[in-house]
Amino acid sequence: MSETAPAEDDIHARQVRKFKVQDMLFHQITLVFAFIVLAALAGILISLAVEAMPVLKQFGASFLWTNVWNVPEDQYGALAAIYGTVVSSVIALLIAVPVSFGIALFLTETCPVWLRRPLGTAVELLAGVPSIIYGIWGLFVFAPLFSAHVQPALQALLGDVPVVGGWFEGPPIGIGILTAGIVLSLMVIPFIASVMRDVFETVPPPLKESAYGIGCTTWEVVTRIVLPYTRVGVIGGIMLGLGRALGETMAVTFVIGNANRIVGSLFAPGTSIASTLANEFGEADPGLHISALFALGLVLFIITFIVLALSQWMIRRGVAKQGT
Amino acid sequence: MFVSKRLFFKVTSFAAALAASGAVLAADITGAGATFPYAVYTKWAEAYKAATGNQVNYQGIGSSGGIKQIKAKTVDFGGTDAPLKEEELDAAGLVQVPTVMGGVTIVMNVPGFSSGQIKLDGATAADVFRGAIRKWNDPAIAKLNPGAKLPDLAVTVAHRSDGSGTTFAFTNYLAKQSMSFKRDVGAGTTVNWPVNGVGGKGNPGVAANVQKIAGAVGYVDIADAMKNKMDFVALKNKAGNYIVPNQDAVEAAAAGANFKVKGMAPDLLDQTHKDAWPITSATYILVYEKGSDAAKQKGVVDFFTWSLNNGGKMAEDLGFVKLPPSVVKMVEAEMKNIK
Repeated sequence: MSETAPAEDDIHARQVRKFKVQDMLFHQITLVFAFIVLAALAGILISLAVEAMPVLKQFGASFLWTNVWNVPEDQYGALAAIYGTVVSSVIALLIAVPVSFGIALFLTETCPVWLRRPLGTAVELLAGVPSIIYGIWGLFVFAPLFSAHVQPALQALLGDVPVVGGWFEGPPIGIGILTAGIVLSLMVIPFIASVMRDVFETVPPPLKESAYGIGCTTWEVVTRIVLPYTRVGVIGGIMLGLGRALGETMAVTFVIGNANRIVGSLFAPGTSIASTLANEFGEADPGLHISALFALGLVLFIITFIVLALSQWMIRRGVAKQGT
Repeated sequence: MFVSKRLFFKVTSFAAALAASGAVLAADITGAGATFPYAVYTKWAEAYKAATGNQVNYQGIGSSGGIKQIKAKTVDFGGTDAPLKEEELDAAGLVQVPTVMGGVTIVMNVPGFSSGQIKLDGATAADVFRGAIRKWNDPAIAKLNPGAKLPDLAVTVAHRSDGSGTTFAFTNYLAKQSMSFKRDVGAGTTVNWPVNGVGGKGNPGVAANVQKIAGAVGYVDIADAMKNKMDFVALKNKAGNYIVPNQDAVEAAAAGANFKVKGMAPDLLDQTHKDAWPITSATYILVYEKGSDAAKQKGVVDFFTWSLNNGGKMAEDLGFVKLPPSVVKMVEAEMKNIK
């Protein structure tokens, strides 16, 4: 408030103060943005829990392991949906992990350099295909081929083997839990493969070069050097894929067969949590039915949360380890 | 594909509604509810706008959603496939009238058999759909089809995976035919299908499953069955005749029914007319008897009066079945109560 013209220092001080205020504002605003995410997460969790309350009160924890989903009689249990979700995701991983491993290995170790970029981009593009496309392709193209050629062959080959034969029983109708698992595997391969490729690239070249130097084959380098070095990151990538497989909705709805029950055969139609929600929300009766669907949503939320938390934890541990 | 197209229309009509609300057009009316009549309401709305300049928006959000929305007064009319009972209408002060009808058909994929070549009666159909009959050459089916060379093929029951008014009509019919069906499967928009069942989303999903799976039998509304050129099962009606479904057979069912009841929702299943298709149902709209906005109330009445008188052909082209003229007269009389 001095009446004379401000000194040079004063201008600088004011400038610095202004920047400080700007920085502070910027910090606060971004903080608010970040907290919106947390608030949304908490809000979703709370509203799911509140809406699920009537069913949880009625059936208690047994909701989780009761194998019944009878809408006309208002009897609900999540087991069939949990079973379908887990089994289709496990099938997806059983197929996707070895294939992704092969892709990542080829891209980082044996691929000619000129082919790396186009192949890598193609894998990433595959991750961007909307899931409904996989669903439509699965139902209209893959399922008929699968039922005409693959399913009868599997039955002929393994039908008489004890235990395993039971997985391939029943009419080969092309849609079911196995089909859902296979379509899911195609959807998670790009995710797992690109994470694997990225972590494989973190292996310091001197390590590999010295291994090659003492006469190791590529296979030996991969199993003795690359995999042990990146083990945790690889597991993290697999978990990310699993997270996606568990929550996938549209593609699964198209090909899983949407039957609320557990049948031993993998050829039989089943259901998953996400597909049950997609199917039944539109015309669900108010009351227990809606509440049961919210409870299913809550179960899926918790399963996915656990899987993602595990993967984050593993990746972080992997990074820490690589740092030492 | 079908779903996303619908969604697209929904989104655009919503956007249109938003744009129009800015201009404050008093005659704009909005409805929401059952997805079954979505195609015909949209078609009528388009023709009505061309004829009168008035805009009608309808969102297919499901019957229970439609009932919820009209009770919350967020829409000017609600659409439902499952009619409200007299007490509910009185309690809420709602008027209910039918607008258009449909038939649920039984479609099949049995190699060597085309439309109408396999006959079922209600009780046998119920046994098929509750999973008690697992082979196409089962003695119960053979008895109704003397001389037919039925294959030793597993039956796969194709059903809706989403809750649906089509399922509601179909299971209510079968539950009437068989106590065992009522006990094992139940009747409603979502039911407890047997182990040899496979669920598809929407009528197109069921139609696709039936066409893809040899030995499949399913139920779809008559519009989708005709669009997909599917093979029908001939079903025995109450008069004892085997009927291959078509729009006339559905209209015959309505002609014999008594609509002079509160709510105008007589049971259209298993009517006694000799040509009646047994699984016939209507879809309804719900409007407040005394609304807060007289212009909008009148808008709803005008739209449906116009549509019932001018929209019969449009409905039939889409595979729906128009109300018989006598019923249209009664609907117009009933709508005079809407103020």
